[in-house]
Amino acid sequence: MINAAGRDIPASIPGYHTVKPYRGPFATQPDGRMAGKKLAAFAPGRQKVLASLEEAIEASGLKDGMTISFHHSLRNGDYVINMMVEAIARRGIKGLTLAPSSFLDNNDKIIPFIEQGVITAVETSGARGKLGKYLTMQTPGKPTIIRSHGGRARAIEAGELHIDVAFIAAPACDRYGNINGVQGPAACGSMGYAMVDAAYADTVVAITDNLVEGMLAPVSIPMTQVDYIVQVDCIGDPKGIASGSLRYTSNPRELLIADMAARVMEYSGYFKSGFGMQLGAGAASAAAGRFLREKMIKQNIKADFAIGGILAPFVELLEEGLVKNMFDVQDFDIRAIESLRDNPSHHEMSCSFYANPHNRGSIANQLDFVILAATEVDVNFNVNVITDSNGVIMGASGGHSDASAGANCTIVVAPLLRGRLPMVIDNVQTIVTPGDSVDVIVTERGVAVNPKRADLLENLKHAGLPLMSIHDLKKIGYEMGGAPAPIKLSDEIVGVVEYRDGTVIDVIRRPVL
Amino acid sequence: MMFAPGNNPAMLQNAGIYGADSIIFDLEDAVSIPEKDAARHLVASALKHFKYPCEVGVRINHISTPWGRDDLECVLASKPDFIRLPKGETADEIKLIDEIISEAEEKHGFAAGSIQMMTAVESPKGLRNAYEMATASPRMMALAIGGEDFVTSLKTTKTKGGRELFTARSMLVFAAREAGVDVIDSVFSDIRDEETFIEEVKLIKELGFDGKSVVNPRQINLVYQVYTPTDKEIEYAQKVLAAYREALERKSGVISLNGKMIDAPMITRAERVLAYAAAVGAYRKEEAL
Repeated sequence: MINAAGRDIPASIPGYHTVKPYRGPFATQPDGRMAGKKLAAFAPGRQKVLASLEEAIEASGLKDGMTISFHHSLRNGDYVINMMVEAIARRGIKGLTLAPSSFLDNNDKIIPFIEQGVITAVETSGARGKLGKYLTMQTPGKPTIIRSHGGRARAIEAGELHIDVAFIAAPACDRYGNINGVQGPAACGSMGYAMVDAAYADTVVAITDNLVEGMLAPVSIPMTQVDYIVQVDCIGDPKGIASGSLRYTSNPRELLIADMAARVMEYSGYFKSGFGMQLGAGAASAAAGRFLREKMIKQNIKADFAIGGILAPFVELLEEGLVKNMFDVQDFDIRAIESLRDNPSHHEMSCSFYANPHNRGSIANQLDFVILAATEVDVNFNVNVITDSNGVIMGASGGHSDASAGANCTIVVAPLLRGRLPMVIDNVQTIVTPGDSVDVIVTERGVAVNPKRADLLENLKHAGLPLMSIHDLKKIGYEMGGAPAPIKLSDEIVGVVEYRDGTVIDVIRRPVL
Repeated sequence: MMFAPGNNPAMLQNAGIYGADSIIFDLEDAVSIPEKDAARHLVASALKHFKYPCEVGVRINHISTPWGRDDLECVLASKPDFIRLPKGETADEIKLIDEIISEAEEKHGFAAGSIQMMTAVESPKGLRNAYEMATASPRMMALAIGGEDFVTSLKTTKTKGGRELFTARSMLVFAAREAGVDVIDSVFSDIRDEETFIEEVKLIKELGFDGKSVVNPRQINLVYQVYTPTDKEIEYAQKVLAAYREALERKSGVISLNGKMIDAPMITRAERVLAYAAAVGAYRKEEAL
């Protein structure tokens, strides 16, 4: 069947539950009740701290065929995913569904455990490197389910992604199970992704290298949700978790794109005091924040809130009083982590609060602006951030479709050419974010406004931007780089890309390389 | 005028996107000897296949080096807008290149005289012959100063305020104005030091330079910032020209604005202010009329 994004989706997909086709950004309404964890009791005097990972696996009741989860807030510094999967494999447990909030480059090490059958299904936001290639070309048996951050929180709360055991890397944890991410050698900042896992998983195991005495404060994940604690030597490498230095891009092309994106914001009609924004973590987004800062100061415009993965440039906006409150689901550098710890206007939020479309209001749905990067964009404004030009998984859905749907003005920034490959094309390989929710594409050679947004186009006519149709933009790229040849695909579906509401927006078929 | 190294495909591809008035693909200092051959072919190919929104020139190696003639033969076939000669010292060099370009224009069927020329002056000898070089060929459109080499040939070093180049810069402006060609200032290579760069652009603007060479796209907007007339300057220029037009209509020989006499040089300056403003988009002619 053809879904509302124009993709041909099979009526049933082996290894995937009932297929609900994508119908439009807000067309699918939820029904039923929220899922919940089992009741439990914890008598005074009992101990949660166990001696080893093996004891924790034993205590958690983990069995063949169950689903385990992790958060990716320790990013490329994370040791916990690889450590736990190894420990689980040693105990001979097989057939697990691995459902981390995302993977990063350092998770290639779990490939042997997929090959050994320890892991037979993956549900996550995306994957990179060898793991991304493995999930595309070999597959664990079932298609990998790709969800946005908001979509994952939704799936957990709706019971579609039931987590049997959540293993939570805890930068600081007390003996009672209270956790935060702002203290300790592996401080990562916000625990936004893990909050949802902790609240809904049947069993929660905290893995920490910083077991503090007495009651921990502040508390991000409360002891009321945590079953067991294991102390290990090290949960992550600080260098891989957060960059230490404040660096702005000096790439002139990124700066040019950032300058244009900031001008789109300025002239969009939404640039008024009290606006809300999300700036992505990409170089151009961060640079756009800097250009925006100058405009805010000059025109005396202040934002009500800023959200997203937080970087130093956004912290500066908060500290300068240009942003009233900042809500934080993830941090990318030390400055952001310190700000979350020290600044009372910098708030931690859960991923459900951030972007879940099926609760009573997520903050992503209150955005005026978001700036997002893209791997490819097509003439229908659909965006791919998951597969590369060979059709191989190499990115992550992240909050892309969430913020796109929520914001009044969704700006997608991308170079028109990467090397010799055009990035504005006839049809993206995989749709992650539907063109219905994308308003403006900014490239170094031109800016295209979604024809559905005639109001925006009118406003932007005064911005001195190189406005053109998306077809003209595509033409420039094709003239310089040539039309990309279509990728040969097999019939085998190796990935299911869910839209944030749980409908299927696209599938990833195994390329024939 | 933005320099881009001729051996960098990404730069060749993207040089046009930054808003420079003029791009120069460099085959000289930015390209090492083993890369010279590849660079001239890359540049020739880029000129043929990419559309640039501004004029595009090529800085060749000096005609006396082993690469100069090959550079010309290769890139002229792709019809650059102009050829820039480095280290120009005599009118004979200009005449020689002029002849080579004429031959190439004929060979490739380009209109005679359609490829322009400019030269950089990088030594006292070049400065002494600047006027002769600027008038040695009708192709000559501009003189430029090559600051680094000039400072070295003076046996001094660069200072923050550019005192060491003050006389040379001024003399080059005189030569260019006498010859009726443009005059472009040297590059400023410390791209992180925006403050000093802006000071230098202010200085060369006051000296009379028509523009500045830049080595990084990030410097382009800074040049525009300095060269863009202020709102006050634009307003005054508009008033001067309005008074002039009114006087013409009244067939009055005496023009005055707010009781102040307006003479011909003031009108020329006002026209130049508006031309600069229009060039950087701060003012549209139709808005004033």
